Amino acid sequence: MEKKNRKGAVLFSSYKPGEGVKKALSLSREDILFEIRESKLKGRGGAGFPTATKWTIVAAAIADQKYIICNADEGEPGTFKDRVLLLEYPELVFEGMVIAGYTIGATKGIVYLRGEYEYMLKSLEDFLESMKKDNLLGKNILGKENFNFDITISLGSGAYVCGEETALIESLEGNRGEARNRPPYPVNTGYMGMPTVVNNVETLASIPHIISKGGEWYRKHGTDKSSGSKLFSVSGDCEKPGVYELPWGTTISELLHIVKAKNTKAVQVGGASGLCIPKSQFERALAYEDIATGGSIIIFNESRNMLHVLKNFMEFFVEESCGQCTPCRIGNVKLLEGVEMIEKGEYKFSYINQLKGLGKTMQIASKCGLGQSSSNSFISILENFKDEIFNGNGGANGK
Amino acid sequence: MESKGDFRAPVSQTPHTIEKPKDTTTIGGMITVEVNEKKISVPLGTTILEACKQAGITVPTLCHHQDLCVAGVCRVCVVEVEGMRTLQASCAFPITSPIKIKTSSPIVRKARKHVIDLMLSEHYGECYSCVRNGNCELQDLAKEYGVDTYTFGHVSKPKYEVDNSSYSVIRDMSKCVLCKRCVRTCIDLQEVGVLEAIDRGDKTHIGTFLEKPLADVICINCGQCINRCPTAALRANDPSDVIWDAIDDPNKHVVIQTAPSPRAAIGEEFGLGAGHSMTRELNTALRRIGFDKVFDTNFTADLTIIEEGTELILRLYKALVKKEAVALPQFTSCSPGWVKFIEHYYPEYLDNLSSAKSPQQMFGALIKTFYAQKMGIDPANIVSVAVMPCSAKKFECNRPEMNDSGYKDVDYGLTTRELARMIKEAGINLPEMPKSNFDNPFGEASGAGLIFGATGGVMEAAIRSVVEFVLGRKVEDIFEKANVIPLRGFDGIKYMEIPIGDVVGPVPELLKSLVPNWDWLKGATLKVAVAHGTANAKKIMDDIIAGGKFSECHFIEFMACPGGCLGGGGQPIPTTPEIRRLRAQAIYAEDESLELRKSHENPYVAKIYKEFLTEGPCSHLSHKLLHTHYVKRGRYIA
Repeated sequence: MEKKNRKGAVLFSSYKPGEGVKKALSLSREDILFEIRESKLKGRGGAGFPTATKWTIVAAAIADQKYIICNADEGEPGTFKDRVLLLEYPELVFEGMVIAGYTIGATKGIVYLRGEYEYMLKSLEDFLESMKKDNLLGKNILGKENFNFDITISLGSGAYVCGEETALIESLEGNRGEARNRPPYPVNTGYMGMPTVVNNVETLASIPHIISKGGEWYRKHGTDKSSGSKLFSVSGDCEKPGVYELPWGTTISELLHIVKAKNTKAVQVGGASGLCIPKSQFERALAYEDIATGGSIIIFNESRNMLHVLKNFMEFFVEESCGQCTPCRIGNVKLLEGVEMIEKGEYKFSYINQLKGLGKTMQIASKCGLGQSSSNSFISILENFKDEIFNGNGGANGK
Repeated sequence: MESKGDFRAPVSQTPHTIEKPKDTTTIGGMITVEVNEKKISVPLGTTILEACKQAGITVPTLCHHQDLCVAGVCRVCVVEVEGMRTLQASCAFPITSPIKIKTSSPIVRKARKHVIDLMLSEHYGECYSCVRNGNCELQDLAKEYGVDTYTFGHVSKPKYEVDNSSYSVIRDMSKCVLCKRCVRTCIDLQEVGVLEAIDRGDKTHIGTFLEKPLADVICINCGQCINRCPTAALRANDPSDVIWDAIDDPNKHVVIQTAPSPRAAIGEEFGLGAGHSMTRELNTALRRIGFDKVFDTNFTADLTIIEEGTELILRLYKALVKKEAVALPQFTSCSPGWVKFIEHYYPEYLDNLSSAKSPQQMFGALIKTFYAQKMGIDPANIVSVAVMPCSAKKFECNRPEMNDSGYKDVDYGLTTRELARMIKEAGINLPEMPKSNFDNPFGEASGAGLIFGATGGVMEAAIRSVVEFVLGRKVEDIFEKANVIPLRGFDGIKYMEIPIGDVVGPVPELLKSLVPNWDWLKGATLKVAVAHGTANAKKIMDDIIAGGKFSECHFIEFMACPGGCLGGGGQPIPTTPEIRRLRAQAIYAEDESLELRKSHENPYVAKIYKEFLTEGPCSHLSHKLLHTHYVKRGRYIA
């Protein structure tokens, strides 16, 4: 696999393949959990659940079988950092899974790879083969007796909702990709009803660094509440789109400077399910304590029509809602209809406000993260760009 | 997890709940929660919905159903749990820690209203032109939440074409609110798996394999989905218009047979609680509507016992004495849902199925032959209606082989619900009707025929007769008051052994031409089993295939519907375990109140063998009229 010369303080820092696993196997499971807790690593998919807590629950569970699942269903619009990790740093991701397996007591790891990434399946499987040859996978790994661990890769079929961990598990089990009720959580009743850790690609890729360099080293990066670094997938109106490793706490304006964005009007942080940040808030920081994100950054310059941006997002959700719960399935349709009303200039403010209220209900009453976040852009764009949309060049009023 | 057979449809979310502890006295077994500031103690794993019920608070639900696994999809039952960012679906949230619940805070009420408004916006049609008007859970919710306008609009055109391909179940998906109760019924309760959600987002809909019409897929017509549909998205194929036409036609002689289960349940349609038998009130009502004769299906249930029991004895005789290869255990064939299930799923076992027709179809054949001759009526002018608890009976009477009388043996199968509507349309308040008897020449029937309505009833009726036939003793000597208790109740699968012993009786007159004596049964143990709901039927069938204990049974009763016929797909809506229990109670109480409680003691049955089926049970004529054959359908469809 081709490795590009990427620069970064944590994830893209130098790493010798095998180092993390080797170190981990010399430690006790408790010591590994201690290091991860020390690192204050939080889930990189966006929700930010403390990784050590997740692992500890599964490590403590008594079960015939446990699983570690790598969530590589990278489907949030505007995110492509997992692709870079999988293509260029597979050793980090897979070794992270091996370490997880050792720590929680799982012998099976599964990578749930988004269907559109099928093209990398062959090279990833070849890489797993080479890891087997190096005894980083298989039986008695690196001579550690009775530590057996294997990784298989399963392909998704293109549903956005399968990035939600319980929908992902349903899909892996061969069922329709729909979120489960929680609780019980996957750490108790996950894949095949067994205790399961589901981690994002980036979370797992952080593990070998943390183990080999220490939790304290990791924590030095970032902010107090957001340790380490974050990969950002930057796209849209800028000169240098791509994947960047930046410390948590970087402000939006700093990021815009790095990627050479000009005349920026708005930044969509967190993809379609994220928030649309207007110019007035560009000093806000990308961090769990301010704007938490899975790393999708879409930049819009002054030429963009924010109503069109919103319509695009709502069309996405109308199609990608799994369709099981009422607020998400029908709610998104109603929000899209609202956008179209504004577009045509055939709306009443009272109805738009009612839709915003509906959006808030969707945030709290939908079954899973998809429905709970699908109205974010509706609410934030209509709120932050109301002048443009209702009076300016966005809606029909401005024509 | 439950074992998955090779053709098990994917389960819905059955395993993903938290089990309640068996012993709640252990530490942490009970948890104290606050519901609207009222403290109550509940076992670990109790859902918020159950806890609220315990606290005396009603939480509205829609996708929740007592018979089904949790879905948590409609989001009507959301409540606030202190400390959680989002609202929780109370039906799906198992309590594992001391939480504080608010069931009626402003955000909860607003969220529920929004959810109801959203469902109404996509729900096609108007209440007054709907078969479920007055018995619709969506309508109830709208009323409860004071919906007086369509906040988010209302669809003006149907989204989907109505699928009326099936004789039994009509699907009108434009009225579907995607609660998935039908899906869970079909997959989890019945393990048939005909219905599943298809597509996603706003295109999500409940569909069949390759979107084929229901008549072309492996639907067993049990109608359990109808009973659990909160709206009219699923309904039975209603023939009442043509029945009215027949009643109004002076040239037609319209007769109706009533099965025991509708009689035990129809009162529910007239505002009575479950468990009030309306048998004789119904007779009067049917005559007032204009039916020329009213017959009791229990009569042919008694006949079924004689025919099917004789068939069993013949099979056993062939196997044990003549050492011929015969299919055993013998399976009952009264339930047309079960018959279609086995035709699709276990066609290689069709030889085990009793060739005896169901009571409905036996009656049909007799009405257009024996009855027509006796009354001097041209069978072409007889319209034969059967009121059944069942939607599959509609399919059964339309099976092409069911015309042994030379005519369609039964013209129309009518459900309990449809008959209730006809009675209301005629301006009759059923509970106020005076009581009257059934019409001759079939007269009254036995309690054995009556209990066919409850799971285990056919087997109990068979045992009441077979025991007396073989042992020559009163069944009451063995089972107190002739009640075969081990076969009653709602356990999914029931099993019983009856040792024959060394003393046998004389062969009764009716069977003398078939077996010389009972000596060959000495020392044998009769093994029988009962299953209701096709998920349980499947368990038994898989055990038989694996050579387990059920493969050693001699006779097995299978009913497609949970609870047996009293829980049939044509019965009043709603259905719950409690409602079914009360219906069963009514049936067993009526049985016990009767003098005549054994099929072979029914004088009208004896009479028909004397006057008409003169060669006796399982003879040439009885085979022509009262027995049938089955179709190897298989589970794969083209």
